[in-house]
Amino acid sequence: MDDARSDSEAGLRTDVKNCGKTGFITCREDGLKVEVKAGMKNKIRTDMEEDMKTDMTANAKVNMEVEIAGLKLKNPVLTASGTFGFGKEYSPFLDLNRLGAVVVKGLTLNPREGNPPPRIIETPAGLLNSIGLQNPGVDYFLEYILPELAAYDTNFIVNISGNTPEEYGLLAAKLSVPGVAALEVNISCPNVKAGGMAFGTDPEMAAEVVANVKANTRLPVIAKLSPNVTDIAAVASAVEKAGADAVSLINTLLGMAIDIKKRKPALANIMGGLSGPAVKPVALRMVWQTAEAVRVPVIGMGGIVTAEDALEFIFAGARAVAIGTGNFIDPRATISVIEGLEKYCLENGIEDINQLVGAARK
Amino acid sequence: MIYLVVKTSGMVLEHVEVANGIKYLKLEAPDIARSARPGQFVQVRCAAGCSPLLRKPFSIHEIDRANGTIGLLYEIKGHGTQMLSGSRAGESMEITGPSGNGFTLPGDPGEECNALLVGGGLGIAPLLPLAAELREKGHKTTVILGFNDASRLCRTEAFAREADRLIVTTVDGSSGEKGLVTDPMSGLMKREKINVIYACGPEPMLAAVARIAEVQRVKCEVSLEAYMACGVGACLGCVCRTKSIGGKPYARVCTEGPVFDSREVIWNG
Repeated sequence: MDDARSDSEAGLRTDVKNCGKTGFITCREDGLKVEVKAGMKNKIRTDMEEDMKTDMTANAKVNMEVEIAGLKLKNPVLTASGTFGFGKEYSPFLDLNRLGAVVVKGLTLNPREGNPPPRIIETPAGLLNSIGLQNPGVDYFLEYILPELAAYDTNFIVNISGNTPEEYGLLAAKLSVPGVAALEVNISCPNVKAGGMAFGTDPEMAAEVVANVKANTRLPVIAKLSPNVTDIAAVASAVEKAGADAVSLINTLLGMAIDIKKRKPALANIMGGLSGPAVKPVALRMVWQTAEAVRVPVIGMGGIVTAEDALEFIFAGARAVAIGTGNFIDPRATISVIEGLEKYCLENGIEDINQLVGAARK
Repeated sequence: MIYLVVKTSGMVLEHVEVANGIKYLKLEAPDIARSARPGQFVQVRCAAGCSPLLRKPFSIHEIDRANGTIGLLYEIKGHGTQMLSGSRAGESMEITGPSGNGFTLPGDPGEECNALLVGGGLGIAPLLPLAAELREKGHKTTVILGFNDASRLCRTEAFAREADRLIVTTVDGSSGEKGLVTDPMSGLMKREKINVIYACGPEPMLAAVARIAEVQRVKCEVSLEAYMACGVGACLGCVCRTKSIGGKPYARVCTEGPVFDSREVIWNG
């Protein structure tokens, strides 16, 4: 079938410089074997072949594997929830199997429509969004999306949001199934009225939500923290005491923009969450403070686009990092960061990337 | 809809101002030209670094599969297009695409169709490859292009080559017929049977075209514009309100669109 062929071709990019004439490439569903049809004479290079090559050289020289709450990641690079869909949206651009983990779009108990448009607006070196947790609901995810993700050899971490601490517990119980590697508890969404950030800005509430999740799952539990607080260390310590196996930060910073032509807020929801390079110094500072306050692993994010950005977070104490808005700038940003981190280790005689965690604190 | 989207490097072959503040950009991008369909778009990284941050979406204005090139048409409007406008022949830029669903071409091969293409301002961009493909398939095409005034008029020669009939309107009457694109529509639709309408342009224009199509009971497809981040359906930033697509109130312009059946769209007041 024509459609099926296009689907399998989707992950491949030909190097036109070397292949004179254009033609079809097919690949197996697992994306590993590339078969070149007659006339092409093996002169086609694909991103996936390149991905595999780099992978093998890396394994030979640097240990990139990190462990977050018992969960082994092949490298410390994750995707930030809400920026990467359920992963497969980006499969035309990269081999998902190369990622440390994919953190999927936040799920709620019931489907959510999300906020009215306009939902996004670019600001200097940043992006404001107010999506409003649009998602198909946990049951739809379990029935239709999770089975498709089984085809990939990477960790899928599911981000959850509830209106009450009990709802978080219910979501955790439902999602404690094979195929889900860990849960990320979203207590930091700035774009919904109930729950979300309201939980994440109060240490006691944050702890209650995490305790409810822990009581309902044996999966590793990561608490995603809000930067919209005065004392990030206090919230981090509270969720650690409540049993969080790791913390991830930062979610977006509450902000807004005004359209001066219309004399109206640029976003329909008035306020939104700021992400992108603009927030990096704030995120880095908070990762530094959090890494000082807790013993559990810290997953750092906020404006990471390059390997150099990622290194700053790792040196500040992050065991792993996530790419969010960076995926919009370059859909292959995750891969460049992985490769850049490997290269840095090789060039600096580092055998194990774990040696770099907190390097700036020593 | 399954399509082949790639990240590639496009080399500038031609970059010229075709009207006041409007530029035509021709890129060598064989990976995209090969699979692009009329109505699809590409996203261009207008400059390295963080300013602008996002890749900007542009309708594909020309598809030359044989030579591996695509053409874009854009208005210098914001910071991104300002940066883009400085690129010169020989330079390369990062582009992704072809993205989105594209227009639905008339069904049965051999069955001749009388198509009406209506474009307003920069909305003329995606209609050119559509006119070319309709002509190639043996359909009859009438194209109506509307501009604010003669200083904004562009690409009419290119359309004249592809369309059976071309009507140009300007709001102030400085070129072509005075008035809006919808003005010649009614007369035309009284005189002959139009089987399908394709439109792209500002939202009030699209709403007006959609109303006429609905009254005349003619199938109508509109191409919408939206502020976009990921372009692959992941971030849910570019949604528009629709009646029932997939049972959901919001549809992603980047993946369920940018082309919608006009009856599905809920127009803002």
